[in-house]
Amino acid sequence: MRIATAKETYIADEGLLTTRTQRAWMIVLALVLVLAPFVLNAYWLYLACLVAINVASATGLNILTGYTGLVSLGQAAFMAVGAYAVAFLDGHLGTPFLLNIFAAGLVAAAVGVLVGVPSLRVKGLYLAIATIAASFILHFVFTNWVSVTGGMSGVNVAPARLFGIELASPFALYFVIVPITALMVLAAANLFRTRIGRAFIAIRDRDISAEVLGIPLLQYKLMSFALSSFYAGVAGGMWAYFFRVVTPESFPFATSIFFLAAVIVGGLGTILGPILGAAFMTLVPELLKYVVEWLGPVFPNAGAALSPVRTIVFGALIIFFLVFEPQGLAEIVRRIRRFFHLWPFKT
Amino acid sequence: MDWLFFAEVTLAGLGSGALLALTALAFVLIYKATRVINLAVGEILMLGGYLFFAFSAGFGLPVWAAIPLAIAGGGVVGAMVERALIRPMLGEAPISVFMVTVGLGSVLMGAVELVWNTDPRALPDFMGATPVFIGEAYVSRKIAIGFAVAGVVIALFLLLFRFWRGGVALRATASDQAAAYSCGINVPGVFSLAWIVACATAAGAGILVGAIGGISPTMGVFGLSALVVVIIGGLDSVLGALVGGLLIGLVEAWAGTFLGGEFKLVTTFSLLIAALMIRPYGLFGTVEIERL
Repeated sequence: MRIATAKETYIADEGLLTTRTQRAWMIVLALVLVLAPFVLNAYWLYLACLVAINVASATGLNILTGYTGLVSLGQAAFMAVGAYAVAFLDGHLGTPFLLNIFAAGLVAAAVGVLVGVPSLRVKGLYLAIATIAASFILHFVFTNWVSVTGGMSGVNVAPARLFGIELASPFALYFVIVPITALMVLAAANLFRTRIGRAFIAIRDRDISAEVLGIPLLQYKLMSFALSSFYAGVAGGMWAYFFRVVTPESFPFATSIFFLAAVIVGGLGTILGPILGAAFMTLVPELLKYVVEWLGPVFPNAGAALSPVRTIVFGALIIFFLVFEPQGLAEIVRRIRRFFHLWPFKT
Repeated sequence: MDWLFFAEVTLAGLGSGALLALTALAFVLIYKATRVINLAVGEILMLGGYLFFAFSAGFGLPVWAAIPLAIAGGGVVGAMVERALIRPMLGEAPISVFMVTVGLGSVLMGAVELVWNTDPRALPDFMGATPVFIGEAYVSRKIAIGFAVAGVVIALFLLLFRFWRGGVALRATASDQAAAYSCGINVPGVFSLAWIVACATAAGAGILVGAIGGISPTMGVFGLSALVVVIIGGLDSVLGALVGGLLIGLVEAWAGTFLGGEFKLVTTFSLLIAALMIRPYGLFGTVEIERL
């Protein structure tokens, strides 16, 4: 049971980690993240990097959809903008790795503001459709602006270099991608302790009331779009260095749905949600592969059925969580925590 | 400019526009009754095409039996989905219900791939191939038949909404659920009815679309075009679906022919954004007034 946690100051009450147990767990998590690459094999490291990239992008979408209440189905397109920005900067200007990733975020943020402009007049699902439209227009730009994007064949990206070390393997990239993602998640967590973050939440809860309270809607909605697409852009930049080739088909419309699904499965409007959701939605299809391999001797055709079964499981997971656990995985974690807080009393 | 060619492109555009309008009707019906945007309409359309394929080519049924069976199959799917997935989600945020239909679309697509694999197929020909001439302009027979069927079905729907008891109940539910309840209208029944009719319509549209362009698990993309139509026309307006459908059909045909195939989607989506900026609730949609 959790006792003796009375707060004496507002600062203590607003802290990110308020109890000693939380701090201890955070240290354990940091240790696990640092030691993991020395234990895992190449395949699992590859997955870990992929999860980290997806977590970064999903956290960005959560700022927009979970906290500001603006539904967007354009996250993959913003990621693509970031990836192409990295490819262009790396190929044409040869600027350093970390600067490229940051610049990718800024370029994506600029595009995000542009896409967000209709958000003042258009609301709810109409806005979601407008972002679908924007992502298809961006896809058109990627295919046809051949001098920058290389058209359908795409562009290759040279391996990232940092302090003279070439980061080509997942092992090396892990030490860049995971810290960047951790930093971005931390920034998101802190955002909601500031005026800007609270303004986002006010807009989500009732935008007209927020305006009456003195929050300039256009400015804050655009800011939310910019932040969210900055996250997507950075994630896309990391993606470009990770896979080292960017084509218009790298970020299909289905990826946007994937991110929205990840945020919803994880839990809208929580910091933990997109982390759990992105990890879960990335790893389940991989686990399915093991199930299929395991079933191989029994059903010889199981391999051919893998792709449709993944599609079915993906859809079924979205439906299952929305119907039975609308608060997502974060709520399950909260329930477990509550159990230990109150133990030995019944929750 | 060759005016005959232009006229032929325009006629083809009107033909596909009528199919878009028919599919858009499925969106409008469901949105009117239950305030849900059903993104799975495209996949139900695909399922309709595949059901027809299964009944006619697989079981060897004659066309006159396979068409009603495929349409009924779409209706059954609609009924099951409404009962099992949409009813429990009543009162949840619109985005949640929207995502449920996205998930449903994914499940349907996977299921179709599992049963019929991903190869594109041609539906058995049941319309004949002799071309139709309007004046001197050539129209493919399939597109002409598609246009005629879509026109008749939409006209039928307009009449039903106006005069049939169920249609009036649906309009009453759309305008005020609580008031409809207190007048003795069976609102849950209306919900089911709307989903059944809409999914049956989508399945029927799928047979027409499949007969013209062949069927494949990715033909659900057609639903996305129809979604553009309803957003431009207004989500709760049958008239909007009709006007928007013909408009988008024409624009797609013109853009595809005179600018090049890759401009088709980008033109329609640019049109969508322009329309939303000018009229956020579509051309004929009900403007929602927000109060504190």
